Amino acid sequence: MAEILDLTVLEAHNAKMAGELSPREHVEAWFEAAGTDELNAYLWRNDRGPEAAAIEPAQDWNAPIAVKDIFCTEGAPTTAASRILEGYRPPYTATAVQKLIKAGLPILGKTNMDEFAMGSSNENSAYGPVLNPWDRTRVPGGSSGGSAAAVAGGLAPWALGTDTGGSIRQPAAFCGIVGLKPTYGAISRYGMIAYASSLDQCGPLTRTVSDAALLLAMLEGRDPLDSTSVGIDGGVSLPDREDLAGMRFGVPAELARDSVDAGVREVFERTLEKIESLGGEVVEVSLPSAEHGISAYYVIAPAEASSNLARYDGVRYGMRAGGDGDLIEMYETTRSDGFGAEVKRRIMLGTYALSSGYYEAYYGQAQKVRTRIAEDFSRAFSAVDFIVTPTAPSLAFKLEEKTNDPLSMYLGDLFTVPINLAGLPAISIPAGLAEPEGGEPQLPVGFQIAAPAFAEQRLLDAAYALEQGIGFDRRPGDADG
Amino acid sequence: MAELEAVIGLEIHVQLATKTKMFCGCELSFGDEPNVHTCPICLAHPGVLPVPNEQAIRYALQIGLALDCEIAPRSIFHRKNYFYPDSPKAYQISQYDIPICGPGKLGEVRIHRAHLEEDAAKTIHVGASGRIHGSDASLVDFNRGGTPLVEIVTEPDLRDAAEAAEWARLLRETVRQLGVSDVNMEEGSLRVDANVSVRPAGSSELGTKTELKNMNSFRFLQRGIEAELARQRELVEAGGTVEQETLHFDPASGSLTSLRSKEEAHDYRYFPEPDLMPLAPTEEMLREAREALPELPVARIERYESELGLARDVALTLATDPRTAGYFENTVEAADGVEPRVLANWVTGELAAALRQAEVEGGAADSRVSPPALATLVRMVQEKKISHGSGKTVLAAMVTEGGDPAEIIEREGLAQMSDSGELEAIVEKAIADNPDAVEKIREGNGKAIGAIVGAVMRETKGRADGGEVNRLIRERL
Repeated sequence: MAEILDLTVLEAHNAKMAGELSPREHVEAWFEAAGTDELNAYLWRNDRGPEAAAIEPAQDWNAPIAVKDIFCTEGAPTTAASRILEGYRPPYTATAVQKLIKAGLPILGKTNMDEFAMGSSNENSAYGPVLNPWDRTRVPGGSSGGSAAAVAGGLAPWALGTDTGGSIRQPAAFCGIVGLKPTYGAISRYGMIAYASSLDQCGPLTRTVSDAALLLAMLEGRDPLDSTSVGIDGGVSLPDREDLAGMRFGVPAELARDSVDAGVREVFERTLEKIESLGGEVVEVSLPSAEHGISAYYVIAPAEASSNLARYDGVRYGMRAGGDGDLIEMYETTRSDGFGAEVKRRIMLGTYALSSGYYEAYYGQAQKVRTRIAEDFSRAFSAVDFIVTPTAPSLAFKLEEKTNDPLSMYLGDLFTVPINLAGLPAISIPAGLAEPEGGEPQLPVGFQIAAPAFAEQRLLDAAYALEQGIGFDRRPGDADG
Repeated sequence: MAELEAVIGLEIHVQLATKTKMFCGCELSFGDEPNVHTCPICLAHPGVLPVPNEQAIRYALQIGLALDCEIAPRSIFHRKNYFYPDSPKAYQISQYDIPICGPGKLGEVRIHRAHLEEDAAKTIHVGASGRIHGSDASLVDFNRGGTPLVEIVTEPDLRDAAEAAEWARLLRETVRQLGVSDVNMEEGSLRVDANVSVRPAGSSELGTKTELKNMNSFRFLQRGIEAELARQRELVEAGGTVEQETLHFDPASGSLTSLRSKEEAHDYRYFPEPDLMPLAPTEEMLREAREALPELPVARIERYESELGLARDVALTLATDPRTAGYFENTVEAADGVEPRVLANWVTGELAAALRQAEVEGGAADSRVSPPALATLVRMVQEKKISHGSGKTVLAAMVTEGGDPAEIIEREGLAQMSDSGELEAIVEKAIADNPDAVEKIREGNGKAIGAIVGAVMRETKGRADGGEVNRLIRERL
């Protein structure tokens, strides 16, 4: 069975096509593997009983998938890792998940995450943190930490996550896998529990770039239920490019002064050399407004969140507390007991930013910065094909290391957040290992490649060529050598 | 102290009669079992998204064009945030700084804006009062939640309660004739709130306003505004100041109670709805909306005045209701050589009176008097085939039995006396029978002729032409 689990989805597919692997055996092996979760990666595992009847594919012919618990799944628990949705069973299934079910993908379970996707460490889950499979004393990143840990830890062949400010790419980087955030509008958001609607986008977490392309091809497309969705013109096909000849990669000049861990910087520099050795050209570009990305993001995202999360009021579904008194008392008790500290912090931040008298100074100003950042990228993309940065400035940090310092946690998103503000696609691929402060074991480093809107195919082609060139094949628990 | 002038603006919510709700596929209904027309979207389940109803956009464009509004090339939906069980998302999708319809005008009143939004669900307070205070429990019916609404806001151009009610009626007729809403105030498909203030007459500054809610008929609208104006006048004349607040009008007692003061006013934290794209009507949508516009009351009133030469009040009476207007125009068409002005006076005067007299329900268009029959009758009067008095007698018969005026005239023997010898004999007899009147006329009292005319009319049973009778009498005196 171990051999089955070693196969990527594409490899398994090819083995099934060649008659060397039975689809049923493949599915069963993964359901069994998901049952061995010691990382707290799953919040709900599919026992394929009555609870899962509505999300059962007509036939299992494809690789099963782990789905972040932010996607509504009819009849099966969906909590967004919040107490406030405890016991909630949606009456419908998200479009993205529906597409996977139609394509014959069984759902292995729903993965742990930061509550309502707010966080970069998965420690904001109401159901306990996820452990990093490379080092169980460390965080897997967030908010799609459960999805990343499941794929890296051999609990799922691939997974679905969401990315609002880096929530796919950063955990992919911390767990040594591939994470792709598509262009805003590439995939339907219908049924994806909203955190910050103008930034949220779902995407694949996979072992390889090819698997990410396979999954994206299934997910992308205009959805009549999401009027902001447009799909990807021309669709997506498997990448097969072996070199980077004629491609220009821009490194932001501003990166030099950003505080980046030495180990991360070293892997990043080495990857730039690899790009050149594959025929690509590395040049400097300027993104002068990107440094304000974090500030703008932490106004816009909480503002939208304060409105998106207002519906959890105990009236119609989910948790209800209090209510013997009056309506206001019921609202207050439900929301006080139901939401965790980080969610409350962002609701308050956002409510303040939208208040009469403060709107222009905060929300209005943040929108202007957002426009500037988008303009920076579009100017840069007139000179280069891609912009590359480390995915995160640090390696996976220790559990509880940053829980009392939210600002330092927020600053970890500095390379990912501007991409969301500009609505662009970006991928994180594992580029190597680095030794953390304090020594062994070594931890993966992610390399981020961003592309112009809807240039997913070119992005996947370049990432694939680079992935082949780097040849990263390390897995958690491998003996260091 | 200078006399106080009333300043009134209206905010009108019009429920659009689309098939489905504003942002989901649930059917619109009125009076069904509670909570049968709901789905994950209009119940605001986690993860759902709104999709705008194209028909609602088309209807809003028609309203905007009917109100002569500027149509925004790109308008924006905003979220209006507030916590209440009737708002399942805890925000209403509405429009804020860029509404679909900008400045316009209906009649003499300027329109500030008209925008698209969704209706709230209906809360029902269980208990003695029927209102939230003192109720035992509150229930929510989400059938209404998400119904498309157009909110129309006027400039403060109205100057008294009656004028406000009159204008609101004109607006209702206009929207009704577009066919985009049931405009039923009792069922809440048309809801009118009033912003009311007073100021010294002649001042151009606005006083502090109060907002009146819950006036579910035009009569209550007028009474509510009257009550609030009286309160404000008394307050200001006694040296007090008006506080900005929202008031609830109780039609039963005629009293106003405060719903919330300025301090309690919500901060709605408006921001652009990220789940929706800007609303950009295509050229084709605009053209179709324009083509779908029927002739509306204001345009018809103006046409009746300028082209048909009707007096303003007669034009207003005929043109406001499309069926009455249709009846009148069919009558004009059928009547060869009779001035529309004369026909208009018959429809609004003699016919209306005859219908009232006979206690017939409904207006001219519902009556048994067909437009060609009325046209024939008026022509016969004009051509002096029958007297005006006989014409009214015939019309009374037509109202109850319908039919052809000529047959009724024949049957009743009401044809004008054509033999002038016979009439002359009757006139001479009347002069001989009324020496007192003759004396007075000779002394210069012209009015005394009425007695002799009356005697002739009695004798001829109204078949004589009044003018001819007058002429014959004067000839002989």
